This record gives sequence, structure tokens and C-alpha cells, in this order.
Amino acid sequence: MELLKKYPKLFQWLFLLAVFFALCFAIDVPETYKFIRGQAEFVKDPNQSAFVFLGKEVRYYAFDVFWRLPPLLGWLPIWINDSLFFLMNDWMPMEFWNEDTQEYKTRPLVLQITRNLTAFMTFLIELIREILLGGLETIVAFTSWDWIDANPWAELPGLPWTIVAAGSAILAYKLGGKGLALYALLSMTYISIFGQWKPSMQTLSFILVAAPLSFIFGLGLGVAAYKSKRVEKALYPILLVMQTMPQYAVLVPALVLFGVGDHAAVIITMIVAVPPMILLTLLGLRAVPPEVIEAGRMSGCNNWQLMSKVLIPTARRDILIGVNQVIMVCFSMAVISAFIGAKGLGFNLLLALNQLNIGLALEAGLCISLIAILLDKMSLAWANKQVDYFGNLNFFQRNKNSLFFGVIVIVGILLAYFGSIYFKDGYNYLFEVPHNKGISTADFWNKGVDWIFDTFFVYIKAFNTWLIVDVLQPMRALYLRMPAIATLVLVVGAGYLIGGVRSALVVCGLTLFIALSPWWDRALVTTYMATFGVLVSCTIGFTVGTLCFQNKHSTNFMLNVCDIFQTFPSFVYLIPVMMLFGITDTSVLIAVIVYATIPATRYTIEGLRSVPAGLHDAATMSGVTKFQRLFKIEFPLAFPHMMLGLNQTIVFALFMVIIGAFIGTEDLGQYILKALSDKKGAGIGLTLGICVAFIGLIFDNLIRTWVGQRKKHLGID
Amino acid sequence: MSEPVIKCQSVYKIFGANAEKMLKEANGNVDAKTFQENGCIVGVNNASFEVSKGEMLVVMGLSGSGKSTLLRCISRLTDATGGKIFIEGQDLLNLNNKELIDLRRNKMGMVFQSFALLPHKTVLENIAFPLQIKGIKTEDSINKAMDMVKLVGLDGRENYFPRELSGGQQQRVGIARSLAVEPDIWFLDEPFSALDPLIRKEMQDEFLRLQEKLQKTIMFITHDFDEALKLADRIAIMKDGIIEQLDTPANIVLNPATEYVRKFTEEVPREKVLLIKDVMDEITSDHMGDIKVSKDEIIENVAEKILTQEKSVAVTDGKNNIVGSINPAKIINTVFGGRKK
Repeated sequence: MELLKKYPKLFQWLFLLAVFFALCFAIDVPETYKFIRGQAEFVKDPNQSAFVFLGKEVRYYAFDVFWRLPPLLGWLPIWINDSLFFLMNDWMPMEFWNEDTQEYKTRPLVLQITRNLTAFMTFLIELIREILLGGLETIVAFTSWDWIDANPWAELPGLPWTIVAAGSAILAYKLGGKGLALYALLSMTYISIFGQWKPSMQTLSFILVAAPLSFIFGLGLGVAAYKSKRVEKALYPILLVMQTMPQYAVLVPALVLFGVGDHAAVIITMIVAVPPMILLTLLGLRAVPPEVIEAGRMSGCNNWQLMSKVLIPTARRDILIGVNQVIMVCFSMAVISAFIGAKGLGFNLLLALNQLNIGLALEAGLCISLIAILLDKMSLAWANKQVDYFGNLNFFQRNKNSLFFGVIVIVGILLAYFGSIYFKDGYNYLFEVPHNKGISTADFWNKGVDWIFDTFFVYIKAFNTWLIVDVLQPMRALYLRMPAIATLVLVVGAGYLIGGVRSALVVCGLTLFIALSPWWDRALVTTYMATFGVLVSCTIGFTVGTLCFQNKHSTNFMLNVCDIFQTFPSFVYLIPVMMLFGITDTSVLIAVIVYATIPATRYTIEGLRSVPAGLHDAATMSGVTKFQRLFKIEFPLAFPHMMLGLNQTIVFALFMVIIGAFIGTEDLGQYILKALSDKKGAGIGLTLGICVAFIGLIFDNLIRTWVGQRKKHLGID
Repeated sequence: MSEPVIKCQSVYKIFGANAEKMLKEANGNVDAKTFQENGCIVGVNNASFEVSKGEMLVVMGLSGSGKSTLLRCISRLTDATGGKIFIEGQDLLNLNNKELIDLRRNKMGMVFQSFALLPHKTVLENIAFPLQIKGIKTEDSINKAMDMVKLVGLDGRENYFPRELSGGQQQRVGIARSLAVEPDIWFLDEPFSALDPLIRKEMQDEFLRLQEKLQKTIMFITHDFDEALKLADRIAIMKDGIIEQLDTPANIVLNPATEYVRKFTEEVPREKVLLIKDVMDEITSDHMGDIKVSKDEIIENVAEKILTQEKSVAVTDGKNNIVGSINPAKIINTVFGGRKK
């Protein structure tokens, strides 16, 4: 009894677990249970039953209320799909003037809007692409194909790679100094020499369109949310869901609305990239000291002047960090968008992975990583750069970078011209190194992979088999063995114990959505893979983080490593694991572990570092040993922050598990991948995406609530 | 007497959801405790006072006493919950947004505790900012700003950014900026509180020099009683939103109105604060010596002179007329006596 009084929480948790396990044992697996239970697909199976809701027929396999909840939400994907189709094809037909046929044509409004948007985006992308690579489309857009046939000279020539490389080096120099400039020059040259120029520029042009547009929208919405509580409240749930929604899942509805190609990818990229921009704009504006705002007001600013001359310039750094985020999201979307036909490095990577040509994939992946680091470092340097006074400089000093760039352009054009004379018969290497003419290391890598396979096959295979048979299969079976009711009780109970009724209700709603959707089993598989990944990642991350923290240099080194790894688009992580483990669950899980270890490590280090120095000194003066200090002082205080790391780890792991579908898993991600190639997949894709987002949000809610209370308790923040 | 520049009539500022309703129900009898129980916090409680032209009113109070809130009501950075505020006869609370902006652009200047400079602008640009907001041509505003730079003694640093300046220098920029539009009314919200003691003293002297030259109408907020004594024409002491006493420094030191005020005055070195005129007696009939002291001297400066005398000493005004007398006993009494009741 005394124990109970001393640790009431502990007993509540034990009670919850007891109920959970009792339910698990009490409810048997029904004999009719099959792993694939309910479908929102259009395949008919004689074993299925059906119900009709709002005119939608939902088919499902037999269920038992305690074992698995019926797929009552099965109509949702179908409904979303039908609504989208209705919007696109039947809603509000209107007369529109058609340029090509010179007549009015009846078209549904939404279709017209999306087509116009598509045309506009395509134009923008082509414009930038042709500035970088040369081409006809932009000129055609202003004239016509006939005109081009008559005037074959009228073609955008494209910039020679020398100019782009030197130009980026100059920009890097201006933003971040010599080191960054050197890096920019080297990586651009590498890209060119190794024949990846064209896809790289395609990817870059994609970012050059998507990032500015996302920035403008994000800034605008961020300002609106700052000014009006109502806008903020309306945006909040969207921002929340978008943070945990796998980027991959948003691609599917875009297919329906905008079709296949770069334009659809740009639009969808904006949807993904705008939320972080909004958040950081909001954060930055909120962080402007109130006295600065008052100073602005007392200077007689009206609202517009206050925003444009006081608030935004003062919040410059946060807003530019937002730009950094936008660029990184755009970049990772540029890679993933290959799934809906965006051209560029991502497309090459996808192709290479599909052919299991690890060498080619590695080359593309390396370019992606190089560009990612370059973009990240450049935008961060921009954010951290402080304004300089240059009123006292003369014209040449002020514009030396632009002038230098001008010289570079002339030199580059001359070089390209001489090149065209010198390489008369073949390709002009001083203009652009074609894809298949660059140095290729693909063979080398492929041989390397073969060698690894030949040499270590036995060991890798043994490890693989052991992991799958002895660890993964049983774990998966355990997860699937949980009756839905028991899971619900466990999650809701945890919500109640951590955050009270409010938290319990939120978590209950989120879980119910998944449980009532037709993909509960798949969600369990996703969760099991994510759990496995998170457990291993956290163990590694917390250990590595704690060890590295013991020394200042290793701390900084580790944080830098995290920084660099975090810039790589998640897709890139699949290359090396496929190289080593082939197409198995092991590959996916190892990719998950590698990817999710980054936030675990980073937050551990940051958490430990946030322990106040005064406390350190106080502890040392009380004569603690290193271990005592770690366990009695640093860990308890850093723990809340480390838990936030756990939160991030879960989100990262979920993303990777979903992307892992590409290698072949049988979870929610696999269904998203299927939906991508399904004409009627929009509703399914979106619902699945929401399911994944909700899994993330359940943990997010529990962890954040706990951390909030803990921090309050400890008096941090 | 001419119209006061700032006039407050029972100003209230109450934070909370239904502050206005509660204020109405309270019927002018606001009790902070009952308000707090209902989720409202009383910032300013029934403040009434006037500031006349060229006068410096120092509002002194500890943190949370509502002094900054009072200032923000008068500059209308927040809207007062109740009461009336007149700026040169204009009803401040009835101004629309445009009139308010006009008023701020032409009549008001404000200096902030944390300097509140724009980090992306140079010293010169910061000072020119209110002028440019007003729509003055860039060249004119820069010229005017340059005059201000000279006024606050920052010549040579006009192209520095705030981050490159020390705290004292940053506050000089803040002062210059607030003066750029040549306002009639000057608000200073704890301008020297964030500075080191030595710099603070230097800035106070500088500030007095400026005020002597400019003769603005000033509301000066501080939590430092010594600073208030040093600068003020009149001091308002605030506690929990209520003005406890509003009087000249000498009167506050000599006759504290409440126990709370008395606590502040206890530790004050009177000889450094009081002037001869604050403690002198009537012209006495008995014989006064040859020594004369000016009535505007601080006691400390002339104490030695007076204390060496046995008789009363004549007190003169600026024109050397005798306006009063003071005897050594009075000095001793003022400095050492009468502190504890």
C-alpha cells in the first residue's frame, strides 16, 4: 500500500499494461482472419462482404469487432476520389476560349484552372531550364512552332557549364567566403566532368522555380497568421499534419489534378515546402522584441511600413532559415517527384535503382548529395550573413562580384566558342559534357558491389536470415496479434495518464481513424518497422551522443556529421543499403536506422549541452564523479530534450519506412506506391498518407505533452 | 496658466478578457485583489495628473508597478481601459488611426530600455528612419539625421551598425532617433536602466545637458529613485498601478506621503539631493554674517561653509537679493535628523 502511495503513476501504468495484456490473451484470433482484410480497391473477391455508405459500396473481409474494427471509413478514399473526379470533370462547366483551335470550348472550371496552372508552371520551369541548358520551348511559347521552323537560329543557347560553375562559386564566395566557393567550384566541376550536368541542371531548375514560389506563399501566409489569430488557428492543423505526412503520399492527389511531369511536381512541392516556411516566418516575427515594434509605431509607421520596414527585416535571420528549409524540402521533393515523372537526378536515380544498377545509382546519389550540401551551406551562410555598409565604397568595390561574373560570362562564352572549333566532330566539352560521355565510375562500383557480394555473401545472408527469421518475423507477428481493442485501450490509456482527458480524446480520435480505415493491419506493419528502427536508432543515437559529448571536439564533429547527413534526401539512403543487402526488409530497416539515428544523436548532444554551465560547476564543486554527474544531473535535465529527439526519430523513421516501399515492404507505403500507378488512387493515397501522419501525430502528441509537463516541473524554459 | 501638454483624468488600464465590463461595474473603485480573482490584472489604477510645457515628470516605481503601462497608455501603444487622456487639448483616445500616426510622426518621440534599434540599419539610417517614414526626401532626412548624430556626440560612427556599438552608444542612437522629428513630447522608458553605473551617470548628465538646450515636455520612467531625484522637476511614485505621491523631489524627500514612499527616502543622502531653497528659513531679523549662499546650491556643496558659521547665513537668489536664511543647526537637522518617526 505504501509503495502504491509513493509511486501512484507507476501503478497506473502497470494496471494499464495488465488490462492490455489481458485483452490480448482474452481475444482469440478469429479463424476467418486473413492478413489482408478490408480493401478500398476495386478488386472483387468472393469472400468479401459489403456495406453501403452514402452511396459508396465498401467491400471488406469478415471481421470481429473486438479483433479488428470494421472498415467503417472505407468509403472515405472512394468518396475523395469520386469528388476529385467530379470536380475535375463535371463541376461548373464553362466556356473558355481556346487559343489553338480559335474557338470557345466547354470545360469544367477546375480542369481549366489546373490546366492553366500547369501551363504556367511548365513555362516557368522550361524558361529556367533553357537558360541553363538551352532549348526551344520558351521561344515557342511566345511565337509558334512554325515560326521556329522558319527561324532556326532562334533558340535559347543555354549557358556553358563553365559559367554556371564559376557563377555558383562567386555566389558562394559572396555568401560564405573562400571555403564554400572552393566547394561550389569543385562539386560543380565534378558534376560536369562525370556527365551528370544535364540532370543536375534539370533538378536545379526545378528548385529555382519551386523554392521562390514556396517562399512567397510561405512568407505571405506566415505574415497573415501573425496578424490574425483566426488565420493561425485555421492553418495550425494543416501545418501539424503536414509535418508528419510523408512527402511521398502527397504526390498521389497531385497526379489526378495536374497529371504527370515537372509542373505537377512543382505544385506538390510547394504544398510540402510552404508549411515550414510559414512556421519559421511566424517564429521569426514573434521573436521580434516588443520594444522594436513599439519603436516602429512611435516612429509613426502605418501597418504596412511596420511589417515591411521593421518586422520582416528584424526577423531576417529566422525567415532566411525558413528559406533554407524551403530549399532543402524542395530538393528532397525534386528527387522523390521522380515518381510522378519529374526529370532530373531523381529520375536517373529511380531508373538506376529499378535496374539494380547500383553504380549508376551511386553516381546520381553522389551528385544529389553534393548539390544538397552546397544548397544547404549556401542558404545557411546567407541567413547568418550580416548586412554590411557599403555606402563609402566606390562603384568597382561595390560591384566587384557582379563585374567578375560578367568577365566570367565572356570568358565562358569564348571558351565554348573555341571549344566548338576544337571539338569539331564530337561534343563540345567546354559547353556541356553529355550524359554518356563523362567519366563514369559506375562499372567500378558495380564490380565493387559484386565483389562484396561474392566475398561476404555468406555472412550477409546469414545475418539477413537471422534478423528476419529470429527478430523481425516474431516481432511482426506480435504486432499483428494485438486485437484492435487492446491497442486502442493501450494508446488511449497512455494518453490519459500522460495528458489527461484532452490528450486521451485526441489520441483516441487519431487511432480510431486508422482503426476504422481499411488498412489497420498495414498500419501495424508500418508501426512495427518504425518501432524496430526507432529502438535501434535511439540506442545508437543516445549512446553515440553521450559518448561524443564527453569531448568538445567530438561534439562539434558529430553535430557537423548530423548536419551533413540531414541534408541528404531520404531516398539517397536506399542506395548503399541496397548495395549491401539487396531487396529485403533488412535493407529498409537499416536505411531507417541510419536515417533516424541522426535526430536521436543530435538531440542527445543538444540536450546535454543545454544543461546550464553553472549547474556543472556546482556539481563539480560538490565532488561528483563523471558518472555521477552524467546520471544524476545531466541525464535528468537533458531528458525532455532527448525525448523531443525521440519524437523526431519517430517521424524520420516513419518517412523512411514509407519510402522503403520502393524496395518492397508490405506496409502502408507499399499501398501508396501502388496508388501512384492506379488511376483511381488519389483517394487511397491521400487517406494512406493521413494514416501515416496520424501514427506520427499520436506519438507526437504523447511525447510533446509529456515533455511540456516535465519541463514545467523542472523549470526549464 | 496655459493648457497642460499632457493631461490624464482617472486613467485605468486593466488587462483581461472582460476588463471593460468589470471596470464599469466597479464604479471607479478598483480593487486589484478582486479583479485578480476574476482573471483581470490591474496595470494602471486611477491615474490623474498633468504635465505642463517644458516640464520633466519622472514616473518612478519598481517592476510591475504599472509605470511602463502608464507610459504606453499615454503614447497609445496600448489603449487605456478607462479615463481620458489629452495631448495638447486633443482627446487621445478618440483619435483615429491616421490622426494617431500623424501625432506620432510630428509630436512624439520615445526612447526604449533595450534601445530597440533596427539591426539592419546603420546609425544614420536608424536616426533617419522616423523622417523617412514620414515621407521626407532621403537627402533631407540624412542631413537632419547627421545633425542629430552630432547632437548626441556620435560623429564618426554614423555608418556603424547597432551591433558594433556599446550599450551607451546604442542608447545615444535611440535618443537621437526619438529627437529626429523634433517632437514636443518626449517619452523615455527606463532609458538608462540597461547601462553600467558609470555610463549611466554620464548619460544622465548628457541628458540634462540636452534638456537644458531643448526644453521638451518629458515623461521619464525609471525604477531608480536616485535617478528620479537627479533629473525630475516632479516625481510620481507608483505602486500596484496607483500613483502614491506626485510632488517635487524635495517635497518627496522631506514629506513622504505614505509609508511606501518613506522607505525610498530613508536611504537618500539628503545633502546631495536637497537644495538650500528647499530647507531655508524666512529672513530672520537677527544678525546674519557676511557669507552668502545661493538658494540653488545643493546642500553638500555649501554645508562646510555654513557649518563653520555660528550664526545664520543669508540665502540669495540669482540677482543677489537676500531671499532667506539658513543656520548650521538646520543643516545638521536636515542631514542627520528626523528620519525615524
